[in-house]
Amino acid sequence: MIRFALTRIAMVIPTFIGITLAAFCLIRLVPADPIETMAGERGIDPVRHERLLHEYGLDQSIPVQYTRYIERVLHGDLGRSFITHEAVVSEFAALFPATIELALCAILFAVIIGLPAGIIAAVRRNSIFDHGAMSVALAGYSMPIFWWGLLLIYLFSIKLDLTPVSGRIAVQYFVEPVTGFLLIDTLLSGDKAAFLSALSHIALPAVVLGTVPLAVIARMTRSAMLEVLGEDYIRTARAKGLPAFRVICVHALRNALIPVITVIGLQVGVLFTGAILTETLFSWPGVGKWLYEAINRRDYPVLQGGTLLIGAVVMAVNLLIDLTYGLINPRIRHAR
Amino acid sequence: MRELRTLALAIAALFTAAPVSAKTLIYCSEGSPENFYPAVNTTGTSFDANTQIYSRIVDFERGGTTVVPSLAEKWDISSDGTVYTFHLRKGVKWQSNRLFKPTRDFSADDMIFSIERQWKENNPYYRVTSSDHAYFGDMGMPALLKSVEKLDDLTVRITLNRPEAPFLSDLAMEYAGIQSKEYADAMLKAGTPEKIDQEPIGTGPFFLVQYQKDAIIRYRAFPDYFGGKAKIDDLIFAITPDAAVRWAKLQKGECHVMPYPTPADLDAMRRDPNVQILEQPGLNIGYLAYNTLKKPFTDARVRRALNMAINKKAIIDAVYLSTGIAAKNPIPPTMWSYNDDIKDDPYDPAAAKKLLAEAGYPNGFETDLWAMPVQRPYNPNARRIAELMQADLAQIGVKAEIKSFEWGEYRKRIEAGEHQMAQIGWTGDNGDPDNFLHTLLGCDAAKGNGSNVAKWCYKPFDDLVLKAKTVSSQAERTALYRQAQVIFKEQAPWFTIAHAVQLVPVRKEVIDFKLSPFSRHTFYGVDIKQ
Repeated sequence: MIRFALTRIAMVIPTFIGITLAAFCLIRLVPADPIETMAGERGIDPVRHERLLHEYGLDQSIPVQYTRYIERVLHGDLGRSFITHEAVVSEFAALFPATIELALCAILFAVIIGLPAGIIAAVRRNSIFDHGAMSVALAGYSMPIFWWGLLLIYLFSIKLDLTPVSGRIAVQYFVEPVTGFLLIDTLLSGDKAAFLSALSHIALPAVVLGTVPLAVIARMTRSAMLEVLGEDYIRTARAKGLPAFRVICVHALRNALIPVITVIGLQVGVLFTGAILTETLFSWPGVGKWLYEAINRRDYPVLQGGTLLIGAVVMAVNLLIDLTYGLINPRIRHAR
Repeated sequence: MRELRTLALAIAALFTAAPVSAKTLIYCSEGSPENFYPAVNTTGTSFDANTQIYSRIVDFERGGTTVVPSLAEKWDISSDGTVYTFHLRKGVKWQSNRLFKPTRDFSADDMIFSIERQWKENNPYYRVTSSDHAYFGDMGMPALLKSVEKLDDLTVRITLNRPEAPFLSDLAMEYAGIQSKEYADAMLKAGTPEKIDQEPIGTGPFFLVQYQKDAIIRYRAFPDYFGGKAKIDDLIFAITPDAAVRWAKLQKGECHVMPYPTPADLDAMRRDPNVQILEQPGLNIGYLAYNTLKKPFTDARVRRALNMAINKKAIIDAVYLSTGIAAKNPIPPTMWSYNDDIKDDPYDPAAAKKLLAEAGYPNGFETDLWAMPVQRPYNPNARRIAELMQADLAQIGVKAEIKSFEWGEYRKRIEAGEHQMAQIGWTGDNGDPDNFLHTLLGCDAAKGNGSNVAKWCYKPFDDLVLKAKTVSSQAERTALYRQAQVIFKEQAPWFTIAHAVQLVPVRKEVIDFKLSPFSRHTFYGVDIKQ
């Protein structure tokens, strides 16, 4: 198992280098000079333009800029935002808990609904439930996040008055961040009303962000379960008189879970992509919205640093998933 | 569903049971500020966040462009217009925060520090946060200032290298917010100079309580504010970037004031009995600039012919909807010296075709027509406008090819004069006509990569706007600018499109919110019904 883990960790290193290179190069391929973008209609005189290019190190050749960037990254310095002049790491640290909190709630929502829906659909193949659940899943998968979010706000916040429109907590609650996870911080503060407010605020964005993963998980669970349920050992288990629940949940599900877990791992990347729109729509102060603004304003340090940090998180999650396979299925652990 | 509703009601009950300050006004702002140092800020969003905290030496009157006393009670201007002596207000208190408790009132030292921080490279704060003091540079301060001297604790003399009539207006702008020298010295000593821009204190009507990026800014009324405590106790900026969501929050009463509504929501807003929409033409102009250095636009007859060929009303109706008014002059109608006697060019394709023939183009010509790739405050959809213009111009034989580039690239290229016809616009900085007429149409700005994108340098016009810079009498300046607008219309370097109307939906419980011509959102003087 240790050898397996080390092999997987070693594979992360080239990926990490690839991410730094991609983050660095892609933003430079986009036309527009960040200094011009900052200047707006006012324009900028050539002297000031040159001075700023020099201050930000943008007057160097691309390979030199990249080498310096990597040097700084290896020293733990991801630079400062061109716009706010704050350290990228500290901005990321302040915003990331909100994204994680939202992503966790979204994936929890997707798994809690998607997994049982997929299992039931597989067990009751071709039933009304199966067709209904899979049609809903397909619709959920195809739904543009922005439109879906606005629709839910219109229904639940404006028409039914059940949830707040946006934000992370009602403005009257003043909770000092301890962990950055508001659901935890409000519990720590002992203010039950603040906790409920935070909970009601996260409901809609979590549903919106969790919709696509939910659809994917439900469909993947269904197809994996169908495949496994047709296997000989399942027939044997049934023939031996095991209860249906045990056959499905222990024998079938455990084997069907491998592709499902892979998909859940991949959904982490999808969640970060979706977070950009969801966070913007629900005024959720996370890294998605932060990166979106950085793209618009050509804030290179934020884009490079943010992409790198998010890339690291996605890689870490996928590494964890890889290691989890080993636990679930020993054959993977021993495979070369 | 019933259970869900019960839960929601329980949650709502808990919310209402929570302690709420006496008078809280919630403003759904559109974004986060860049930081809390207005001298390096470039966006209205940042200025809105900072203007609540900082005061300036002089200010614009609430809801207007007239310069009024602020930290300076009065001032004297020498007869040659180059020496300004400011008499500062006595007993102005500084706010305090967890890092710093002031031991003295506002004084001349603070004013001098705030100017020198942007001006002198040897000032220890020159490079703190950023050395790019954009507006200080853009308003020409480095070349304009000769000296800033302390005559006593409450008197400061500023000497200019040349007379500059808009100087007071320049000092009323947000970038000139005054910071505490005592706080700056304390933070420098503590080795954390950047703190003065992150945890600011000012002499303004509200002090900062909490800022969470992309989430919330909390302010509380500063009880010792020299103008008297604000009518509201707490001011909250709920940062809400999406306009549709801002509107949903306003409807629900989750905020009281919202900026920048989507035109598509305006009808619903007007129907809502709890909401009123405040509106006034903004200090802006959207226009099509002809490159007067490139043929055939070197000929004023061609420019005038095109002005007559484009149906302005159709553009306003189709693109601006109810959010724009037709522009006939290069300055907006709310600005002093606006010449309302000028008649706009009529929409007359037949007359346009005739004039074009007179200029030697009976069969028209081919040209480019640049359209910004982004929505701007003065132009909601440049591409659509370009299409309408293209169709109108085709009727007089002018074949216009629409071009666009990435926004930064677009501006760079039009400033370099690569276009023949390009849409662009402007939002005023200081309420002075000079900021439009000289900045956008003067000969200085036509050189190199200046903001005169028509590259129009016309001496009779330039003489008038240059003279107006040196005259301190507003009546005399008005006469000069009115004449300049007449010349502008005759020479037609632009097709003036529209002035976008500033629209701010507010809930009806909000009392006395005043629109700012500069699109600032300030809350001193605003009250709220409980």
